[in-house]
Amino acid sequence: MNVLTAPFAYPFMMRAAIAALAVGVLCAAMGTFVILRKLAFIGDGIAHASFAGIVIAYLRGSNYYLGAAVVAVLTALGIGFVHRRGRISMDTSIGVLFTGAFALGVFLMSRQSNYAVDLESFLFGNILAVQQRDLEIVLGLTIGVAIALLVLYRGLLSTTFDPVVAEASGIRAGVYEYVLLVLVALTVIIGIQSVGIVLVAALLVTPAAAAYQLTKRFAPMFGLSMLFGAVSSIGGLYLSYYARGSSGATIVLFTTMLFFLALALRSVRQSAARRTIHASSPALSK
Amino acid sequence: MTAAVDARDVEVRYDDFVALDTIALRVEPGEALGIVGPNGSGKSTLLKAVAGLLPIASGTLHVFGQPPRRLPVGSIAYVPQVETVDWSFPASVWDVVAMGRFPRLRFWNRFGAADRAAVEHALDAVDMRSLAHRHIAELSGGQQQRVFVARALAQHPRVLLLDEPTTGVDAATEAALREVVRELARGGLPVLMSTHDLESVERWFDRLMVLDRRVLAIGTPRDVVEGGAYASIREHVHTHGHLRLDHEPHEAHAFHPEIHP
Ligand SMILES: Nc1ncnc2c1ncn2[C@@H]1O[C@H](COP(=O)(O)OP(=O)(O)OP(=O)(O)O)[C@@H](O)[C@H]1O
Ligand SMILES: [Mg+2]
Repeated sequence: MNVLTAPFAYPFMMRAAIAALAVGVLCAAMGTFVILRKLAFIGDGIAHASFAGIVIAYLRGSNYYLGAAVVAVLTALGIGFVHRRGRISMDTSIGVLFTGAFALGVFLMSRQSNYAVDLESFLFGNILAVQQRDLEIVLGLTIGVAIALLVLYRGLLSTTFDPVVAEASGIRAGVYEYVLLVLVALTVIIGIQSVGIVLVAALLVTPAAAAYQLTKRFAPMFGLSMLFGAVSSIGGLYLSYYARGSSGATIVLFTTMLFFLALALRSVRQSAARRTIHASSPALSK
Repeated sequence: MTAAVDARDVEVRYDDFVALDTIALRVEPGEALGIVGPNGSGKSTLLKAVAGLLPIASGTLHVFGQPPRRLPVGSIAYVPQVETVDWSFPASVWDVVAMGRFPRLRFWNRFGAADRAAVEHALDAVDMRSLAHRHIAELSGGQQQRVFVARALAQHPRVLLLDEPTTGVDAATEAALREVVRELARGGLPVLMSTHDLESVERWFDRLMVLDRRVLAIGTPRDVVEGGAYASIREHVHTHGHLRLDHEPHEAHAFHPEIHP
């Protein structure tokens, strides 16, 4: 058996690979809208807020991911509401709400004398432990969010670029904003499976930021971002297998590396373009 | 026939401040209406209200018989006075103008030949075809303005709202834009446009409205100009320049007879 296929002889690796791929592509797709709306902070915010949901689910004896998802969606809606009603920037609104939700989680947990949740797998993800059932949930959510993206793509794009003119034309920018927030919340919850609360923001932001280095148009950026998300999820998983390191951390390191590669490529391209201009006639170099 | 725009006793407020007071206005399909008035007179506010971007405090404002926000998507095209978009957004000139087609497309519709033709036609109308593949950040201010006009044209709206589209564009572009607006109006499109260019109103518009929180005069450009409201605005602009701080309608205006069409 060769180096490429060896890891996937294990069913758990196979499941992990499929889950990582779905999560990576989905986060990267949403991430394109997230960074263009200057919401880089939202991944971190919602992930931390979802901690409260995990604690509440633990106290009530219900499913942790369900608890996390409910709190994440409520926080996302709250962020949109406070932003609009309080006339404060989205970033400020995120800052207010996620710390509040996170504090609620800490408070509830601090009242427990014995606390048996495997916090580590939420904080750092545990994609190798993904069971058949988890995989089904991840794939189901991924397909759901992907369909929503497909249907809402043009509206999300034009309200991201110019919400005022879109609104005048009858495309409801406010509705799209809320829908985007909810989709991001669900995406973050899916992402927590893969890399955990602490690192999920990277899956959202870094592939899109890398893609932004390489193109000046939206559609290729969207495609490249998903490609980078896929490559870093699978690549990171491989690396973690051979390097015997945390899979979540390795996936994030991989995507960070891709970002710097893209940045370097852009710098090379730019200086090449500059040389071309200097080499040609002065009339063309204006 | 339903009026394209029908405003009755419209009041628009920003918190406690009354920006538009008892506005009455009727614009028919195929009519190009010019809106003039000093800075802060409510021109942008009126266009935003017609676009459904601002709530009406009292009165009724209908566009083709309905409140603007009830119209089918794609009905209103609006070119704001100041574009606040992120210029580093990954979009070429073509991409931005193509967004003008989005309100008309359901998600299952492909961006087809008709859409591409509309984009190209709009780019031609503002003479931006040759720069279609430029990134939007790599344009001059006037060129950027033309792109947003093209996006509105590509939409094929039922009402076109232009907020000072000629500010900062050169004479050739202004003439080209005027041709486009005249042609669209001839084709039945109602156009509402604000301007500070008082010299050329007769060449642009079928009717002219002088606004200073209230409608001071409305009629054919010639009648309005001869009626004096025009002159008082001009004098006003000359004496007060852009430094006017109060928002009260000027006493002087009250003595000018209102002109009715
Ligand atoms: N968002 C806002 N909040 C509060 N007041 C506002 C707001 N926008 C405009 N105003 C006020 O409403 C009045 C009308 O403003 P508007 O922008 O409609 O004027 P305008 O005729 O378009 O002026 P200009 O020629 O400078 O474009 C002004 O006195 C302005 O100060
Ligand atoms: Mg204005």
